[in-house]
Amino acid sequence: MTETMLLIAGRTSEQGTSLNKGKLKAEYQQVTSTAEMNEQDMARLGLKEGDRVRLRNDAGETTVTCTPRKAADLPSGMIFMAYGPCSSELMEADTAGSGMPLSKNLAVTVEKVPAGHRNSEGVNP
Amino acid sequence: MSENLRVVENATCTFCGCVCDDMILTVDDTQKRIVKAKNACVLGRAWFAEHTIEEAPAALMEGKPATIDAAVAEAARILVEARFPIAYGLSDTTCEAQRQAVAIMDMVRGNIDTTTSVCHGPSGIAFQGVGESTMTLGEVKNRADLVIYWGGNPAESHPRHFGRYAVTAKGMFTPNGKKDRTVVVIDVRRTPSVPAANIFVQLKPGKDFELLWALRVRVKGRPIHADIEEITGVPPATIEDLVQRMKGCRYGVLFFGMGLTMTRGRHFNSGALLALATDLNEFTHFVAKPVRGHGNVTGADNVMSWQTGYPFGVNFSRGYPRFNPGEFTTVDTLARGDADAAMIIASDPASNFPREATAHLRRIPVISLDPKATLTSGLARVAFRTATYGINTGGTVYRMDDVPITMRKAFDSPFPDDESILKAIREKVRELLLARTPHGARSAFELPLTA
Repeated sequence: MTETMLLIAGRTSEQGTSLNKGKLKAEYQQVTSTAEMNEQDMARLGLKEGDRVRLRNDAGETTVTCTPRKAADLPSGMIFMAYGPCSSELMEADTAGSGMPLSKNLAVTVEKVPAGHRNSEGVNP
Repeated sequence: MSENLRVVENATCTFCGCVCDDMILTVDDTQKRIVKAKNACVLGRAWFAEHTIEEAPAALMEGKPATIDAAVAEAARILVEARFPIAYGLSDTTCEAQRQAVAIMDMVRGNIDTTTSVCHGPSGIAFQGVGESTMTLGEVKNRADLVIYWGGNPAESHPRHFGRYAVTAKGMFTPNGKKDRTVVVIDVRRTPSVPAANIFVQLKPGKDFELLWALRVRVKGRPIHADIEEITGVPPATIEDLVQRMKGCRYGVLFFGMGLTMTRGRHFNSGALLALATDLNEFTHFVAKPVRGHGNVTGADNVMSWQTGYPFGVNFSRGYPRFNPGEFTTVDTLARGDADAAMIIASDPASNFPREATAHLRRIPVISLDPKATLTSGLARVAFRTATYGINTGGTVYRMDDVPITMRKAFDSPFPDDESILKAIREKVRELLLARTPHGARSAFELPLTA
């Protein structure tokens, strides 16, 4: 099942502490490839914590791990993740003459990645 | 931990724009690391603990160890031979280093931009159009009785903002700290900052401008349409309550984050918020301030402004500075393929930029200066490993409220600092340009006067 949702990228404590250790370290890469989703949305999409989801829009696509948030904290239809290489894949380069690519409220399709699935580069995401 | 410990008092943390200058660092001089950072927040503790001296060459060329002199010479050659060299980053280095970078790009008639362009650049545009009713954080601490955070999550991005400046801080006219203030958080989601607030207003994503404009309308006493709740998700009664609090406070402040600048509307969102703060000065004292991210991004704006007249996105190709966001900002110069060489200082655009921009970065010669290995340093033709500013160097940084702070270093690094490398590149660039200047001409970019 695929649904369109709004992605918001932002800062988190874990992103801040892990980037001090190094952006090439596993901890930073794990923090920036984890997406928080509304728990009811996850249930509807048949997702459980730790499942992989593919986020896609006209700019590109990325595969991340999902983790649930209570509906009171994260509204239905919204995904939050820490800024990083994964969220950058979904940013359009067109800045509309401002210099700033849109990084928040990005419409993305959300699709569960079956366990064991290998992406187009032959890598198990 | 060895027994060779030393305490550095009143050190400065440059992880975020709070630039807290009350750090008490315990330095292990044998292991060359900071083992304790008293007064630091969770981000500051990580900043000090993780910036140690790593085993790495001071310079790499094409991925192979090189001498600093050879790397400086190659960097200068790249910049001088390029037709559209760009410099970018600069928000995590000293003002002294930023100044050198501006000088280099002025000399080579290149393009210089800072991380402001993908941070509060839209707010910078709005300042020019609307103005800024501004303050220092000391004023907020001592006077503010209404504090509104809009589109930001300082509990995670600037953890000491609440305690040191704006929420629980006790000041001259706010002796009871939070009890003397009303704190409002306005956001599209319930962030970890919300528990610090008396009032949380949850608006629909992308409707900041509409809510700000509705507030302006009500501040001016005019009616708003009944469908405002349907549009913004915020009931008219909540808007009315906010307006009364804003007009009735003694000293109000709007802190705003990238929830405004990184979403549709960009500078119009920031401009609407700045205009609201200005409007409110008909009734009380009201100020607005972006909550800036990197430790010296505010310094980058200041140095660029005093050196070129503009805060970011500056081009020297005609021999004088021109400012044009969208044309001279780095995502654009890369994604369009304009740039044919890039010098990236203390930043990692290969990790943070859109795919088209990073793809172009891989096609052109890149010079990087960074204390850590990053995706950008990994693709650089010339990569310098640098000392960490504020830990291994002194120098000047600007807090988010434009207050300059002089840093004191904790311990020496075997790696040179950004300023030293940039000074050396500048000198080499000067030599190369002099050699390329036609006889009788005033610069390498002009024909001889007799031609």
